[in-house]
Amino acid sequence: MAAANLLEFDKVSVEFEAGVLVLDQISFAVPEGQTRIILGAAGSGKTVLLKTAMGLNRTCAGRVSLLGEDITDKPENQLFDIRARVGMLFQDSALFDSMTVAQNVAYPLLNQKSIQVPRDKMEEKVRESLRFVELEHALVKYPSELSGGMRRRAAIARAVVTGPPLLLYDSPTAGLDPITAHTIMALIIKERDMDNTTALVVTHRYQDGNLVANFRYNPDSGTLDPSGDRATNTVFMVLREGRLVFEGAQTELEACSDSYVQKFVKKPEMAA
Amino acid sequence: MLASGFVLEFLKGPTLALQDFYLLTGRAMRNVVRQPHYTDDIKLQMDSIGVGSIPIVLLTGFFSGAVMALQMGRALQQYGQTGRTGTVVSIILVRELGPVLTALMVAGRNASGIASELGSMKVTEQIDAMRALGTDPIQKLVTPRMIATGVMLPCLTVIDDFVGMVGGWIIGKLLYDLDALQYWSQTWHALVWSDVVQGLLKPFVYSFVISLIGCFYGLRASGGTQGVGRATTQAMVAASVTILILNLFMGLIFVKYSGN
Repeated sequence: MAAANLLEFDKVSVEFEAGVLVLDQISFAVPEGQTRIILGAAGSGKTVLLKTAMGLNRTCAGRVSLLGEDITDKPENQLFDIRARVGMLFQDSALFDSMTVAQNVAYPLLNQKSIQVPRDKMEEKVRESLRFVELEHALVKYPSELSGGMRRRAAIARAVVTGPPLLLYDSPTAGLDPITAHTIMALIIKERDMDNTTALVVTHRYQDGNLVANFRYNPDSGTLDPSGDRATNTVFMVLREGRLVFEGAQTELEACSDSYVQKFVKKPEMAA
Repeated sequence: MLASGFVLEFLKGPTLALQDFYLLTGRAMRNVVRQPHYTDDIKLQMDSIGVGSIPIVLLTGFFSGAVMALQMGRALQQYGQTGRTGTVVSIILVRELGPVLTALMVAGRNASGIASELGSMKVTEQIDAMRALGTDPIQKLVTPRMIATGVMLPCLTVIDDFVGMVGGWIIGKLLYDLDALQYWSQTWHALVWSDVVQGLLKPFVYSFVISLIGCFYGLRASGGTQGVGRATTQAMVAASVTILILNLFMGLIFVKYSGN
């Protein structure tokens, strides 16, 4: 039996200025358990696509279905309960400056009506989430006291604290050094493999997608191991100026002759 | 034809902005009676906007009252009416200067502060994060600021009026040798109920101007730190000008209907 689609775009277009389409007729579906890597140059519409998936941007054409519900024309107050079941990591982490890390992570537990966590269990949930990203020691720190990588990890903790089935990551490694970027990607893979979550990962780095597609989290050693014959359910998408120019598996992406798509593909032998 | 097209295009932006402002105002007002109520945020804003503004209100009130007594005392001296200084100071302060100066000071401090805070949150995607995490930003950010300013600005105006009268009394005593009992009794008796209503209604109305304009420009900020700076300036200028315009119209209404 085919897995249900957690997210579905049907000929979705978004425009901010009259006549200028930021997303142009985008169609795709994300079944449960799939990880989708979205590649594209800056300004190609990757972030807009994620925000549209969450109902943060309105469409000018097409339909968006999130967790089985059509959110295209839903008013804002009816979207909160649906959004509560989706975790999102924003490009610049978007942690609330005036709150500590613990308060930031507790925020969705306290403010999402559909999530009922008893007050006495709240701290435990927050600690558990921060332990997942190895940031338990930073409970009382403010975002301004954290490094870029730590902020990104705290934002991941906030995104996963409610245990959502679908996670949207917006450029999780942007602006990070290679070691920290690897740590963040390892956390994304860990979350996928430990909780069997579905995810959309927006990035402009092919190596991030390569890592997600070919590695699995080993809970015994706490490291990433090559997936070998246990292929991960990963699909790649490439956006160009708001249009979807490629959708397919990693092998198809590497074999694609389109010059724009080729620019994103760093073949393993070239990377070595 | 070309000119009318140009005018229509020119008016489109301000009209849309005005429409957005009314929508924001409507939603912020509606949230006053809707759950959830962020009482902690309201208290925090009352402390920040109200208590935090006390020092500038004290200074503004004292010096405006003092300088008014200085100039009015001189003018009244020509007619041998120095003893009426308290009356003049009290009427001008309670009806006009107290509400306007307090509102302008609070606008300078808080409309810009609100715009820069919300603008920074907007450009760093914290507003989007708030929406994604199940919170209505207007309910969480705008309504508490509107309520807090609505409660605190009339209180600050009362403080400003009183401190202004004290400033006027000190100058009257030092320069014109006014009797304290005479000054304070004239100050008290000069005021009628419509003055008090006017003196409290005006800051209540201005409080909405300050908080909503600050929030409006903050939530519209775009274009990084430069956009935040622009929003801050626009909020302060728009709030100050609107207060001065409203002051004239409210003054006219009170003169027409109460005779004061």
